[in-house]
Amino acid sequence: MRRIAVMFIVLCSVISAQSQIKIPYTRHVLPNGLNVLLHEDHSTPTVTVNTWYHVGSGYEKPGRTGFAHLFEHLMFMGSGHVAEGQFDKLLEAAGANNNGSTTEDRTNYYEDLPSNALELALYLDSDRMGFLADAMTPQSVDAQRAVVKNERRQSYENRPYGLADEIILKNLYPANHPYSWPVIGSMADLSAATYEDVVEFFRTYYTPNNASIAIAGDINPDETLKLVEKWFGAIPAGKPVPPQNPVAVKLNEEKILLLEDRVQLPRLYMTWITPRKFAPGDAELDVLANILSGGKNSRLYQKLVYELQIAQDVRASQGSSRLSSQFQVVATARSGHTLSELKKIIQEEIDKIKNEAPKQRELQRTVNQYEAAFLNGLEKPGGFGGKANQLNEYFYYAGNPDYANEDLSRYKSLSVEDIRTAAQTYLPDNGRVVLSIVPMGKTELAVQPKTEGK
Amino acid sequence: MTFLFAVSAFCFSVYAQNPDRTKPPLLPAPKKLNLPGVQQFSLSNGLKVFLMEKHEVPLMQLNLVVKTGSVEDPDDKVGLANLTLDMLDEGAAGKTSLQIADEIDFLGARISTGAGVHSSGISLHTPLSKFDDALRIMSEIVLKPDFPQKELDRKKKDRLTSLMQMHDQPTAIAGIAFNQLLFGKAHPYGRMSDENAIKNFNAGMLKDFYKKYFVSNNSYLIAVGDISKNDLIKKLESAFGKWKKGDIKRNNVKEPAQVSSRVVYLIDKPGAAQSVINIGRIGASRLTADYDPIVVMNTLLGGSFTSRLNQNLREQHGYTYGASSRFAFRHVPGSFVAASSVQTEVTDKALVEFFKELNGIREPLTDEDLNRAKNLVALSYPDNFQSVAEIASQLEEMAEYNLPENYFGNYVSKVLSLNGKEVNAAAKKYIVPEQMIVVVVGDRSKAEDGIKKLNLGEIKILSITDVLGKVPNTEN
Repeated sequence: MRRIAVMFIVLCSVISAQSQIKIPYTRHVLPNGLNVLLHEDHSTPTVTVNTWYHVGSGYEKPGRTGFAHLFEHLMFMGSGHVAEGQFDKLLEAAGANNNGSTTEDRTNYYEDLPSNALELALYLDSDRMGFLADAMTPQSVDAQRAVVKNERRQSYENRPYGLADEIILKNLYPANHPYSWPVIGSMADLSAATYEDVVEFFRTYYTPNNASIAIAGDINPDETLKLVEKWFGAIPAGKPVPPQNPVAVKLNEEKILLLEDRVQLPRLYMTWITPRKFAPGDAELDVLANILSGGKNSRLYQKLVYELQIAQDVRASQGSSRLSSQFQVVATARSGHTLSELKKIIQEEIDKIKNEAPKQRELQRTVNQYEAAFLNGLEKPGGFGGKANQLNEYFYYAGNPDYANEDLSRYKSLSVEDIRTAAQTYLPDNGRVVLSIVPMGKTELAVQPKTEGK
Repeated sequence: MTFLFAVSAFCFSVYAQNPDRTKPPLLPAPKKLNLPGVQQFSLSNGLKVFLMEKHEVPLMQLNLVVKTGSVEDPDDKVGLANLTLDMLDEGAAGKTSLQIADEIDFLGARISTGAGVHSSGISLHTPLSKFDDALRIMSEIVLKPDFPQKELDRKKKDRLTSLMQMHDQPTAIAGIAFNQLLFGKAHPYGRMSDENAIKNFNAGMLKDFYKKYFVSNNSYLIAVGDISKNDLIKKLESAFGKWKKGDIKRNNVKEPAQVSSRVVYLIDKPGAAQSVINIGRIGASRLTADYDPIVVMNTLLGGSFTSRLNQNLREQHGYTYGASSRFAFRHVPGSFVAASSVQTEVTDKALVEFFKELNGIREPLTDEDLNRAKNLVALSYPDNFQSVAEIASQLEEMAEYNLPENYFGNYVSKVLSLNGKEVNAAAKKYIVPEQMIVVVVGDRSKAEDGIKKLNLGEIKILSITDVLGKVPNTEN
């Protein structure tokens, strides 16, 4: 994203609440294919305009990685009728905050505004949807290229353990798989991107028929729809977007990797490829991640951090995306302990669940937390975590903007046996990437490769 | 899948014309922010409560604030407030750490505890349906903490390991070094908890600290959520109504001395891909009469995407992913700091641009710049009142600094009425580039020569150990 914050590498599935909790909306489709979602919230005189373009780093080609995110940056550099620098100046002068972010699957943009400034956001967003290429130059590509390289440095090269994701993805997925490179791309590919590449990317993916706009806040829906039609109606539809070729992936070996880094403590990453967002297994693995590391009484935290105190931290997660997901366990060893020690305990705890289903209380605790978190998601209309973004997210991944009840029922319908089955099915020992990051010269702290011989 | 389609097809042909894009659309005037009132009342023991009702979503936020923070740490026990607050939920009313965690996690509620500089807090965020149960747990944590030695030992190890990891983290090193060098290592705003202090803590010290400061007349409650005052009073009375008063003595925090001349401190982190730069001096206290002009001025200097620092260092030169500046407003003047992480090779060039902007902000402002900064601050103000947690933060500030009751209602017009002279005066008074310290954490072998040539002032070389102490020994 453009601002200093975490870049979303994988999405976690959205969590939801009791059946009476919903985000009421209306949906309209313009003749050019633009989907428009409208939600009223008059609690403060504010409004948010949230746009999802259904393209992310997973649509890039090898040799041009980092492109979708570089393009996200270019979207702020001015468009056909908006001089460079004016996008942010006009918005700030109207009291608005704005940002964008890129993942493997999609690129989103939002403006949070006082409600009187809604039309300004629509003017600016429609101008960059329809006329961005008119303002792009090789110079603007170069300028943002430099910014993105610094973003990469800040998050990867200059951060302890910063290179972990890149190494894991390269080894988890087959070469040329859309998820085998990080969203930010490589330094070499960022240098190689040309102005012509950028224009082609825009014309292919940044079309009204490949986008959806969610507007939430202090609005009159009828008037809002008229304004959307006024500003976006004349933008012509683009050609249908070339489909990604989803390559079925399965890792059939345990890959043991090692990286030395300028760090004090060794850190272990164990990663599996798992079912994609909303597919069978996805909810089970969300719950499993929480049972393993959510709170003091979770299996891994209690064992590694609380009782044995051989880890400084441990976290399990199911990162869900469109083509597939990643289940990951990350743990940092305390001084005087090795990653082999940590892996042994992690293995034991996962095996325990494979052999004996978790307790009902563990499952219920997780579901209760998800219900509560969904309530929190109903407070704010804007930003990355607000209602407008949620409408767009559900729409993109499930085809239904108000999917919350269906989402929640995935969790509520689970039995403890389902969790056990998911662990057995989706977390094989011989199909995962195991990465050790150790201090320089301390390779003995790493998980050692097997010595059975091949 | 079911969708709702608006019956507006007949409009399409009319609106699929090209609208006039030659200029942005004219906007109507901003709407007024109408907030429910802040209700203030006391429990039977005098404990004050500030309440703002919010009924859109069935949630509750309840923050108990104790008017004691790290400034009360004795000189030889730096970190005591922090550790005491951290330990509150590690055992209370005879329940163990794991039992308490299980109870609160099962509710789907969150209780967090932490010490700040001048105050500390125990915060509860919960669905309304779980408020009674969660409140009971919160009251046990606040009123009956046990401070088990076993959990304290675990927490100490955790802190020593975090201190160890800080040696890897250039941004943390820069921030700590900046405060040490600006305020001095003995000042409450500049000191840090080192290996010796951490190792010396015992449960007795925490209990004494708790007894001394956790009394009802040293605290207040902030409540925001889906509840009426009458319902809330009953519940709070039951939870906290019997909390006793006590005698409180507070340390006075010395007003820090201003930087007198410019010095550059270069802290070597070999191989660093970026240099972390912090530049600044003593700023202002929260209660300064210059508060609003400073906020607007800082927005323009480094508090927004279009700020001078960000536009220069990021958009124009591509030296960084972002540059910003900030005033830390406290009871006594805190710091002003301008910061960025820049590519190692351009460390010297970035410093030149930093000072270009720090000098430039002292010049008279254009109307466009002034209005943009004022509007961003004033017109985005309603965003702070959308969630119960954010509203609670606003109320905390009001309570902490005794802001007037109509503060929220007046804020927008107060900021919009500022003129260029006032904002310019704030720049001249508070942004004095010759009286600033410059801290750079980066690769000395690559950056030092370039910095020397800038002649910014005396250059002092420090090691990470000078800032953080040696890497702690955590294996006992």
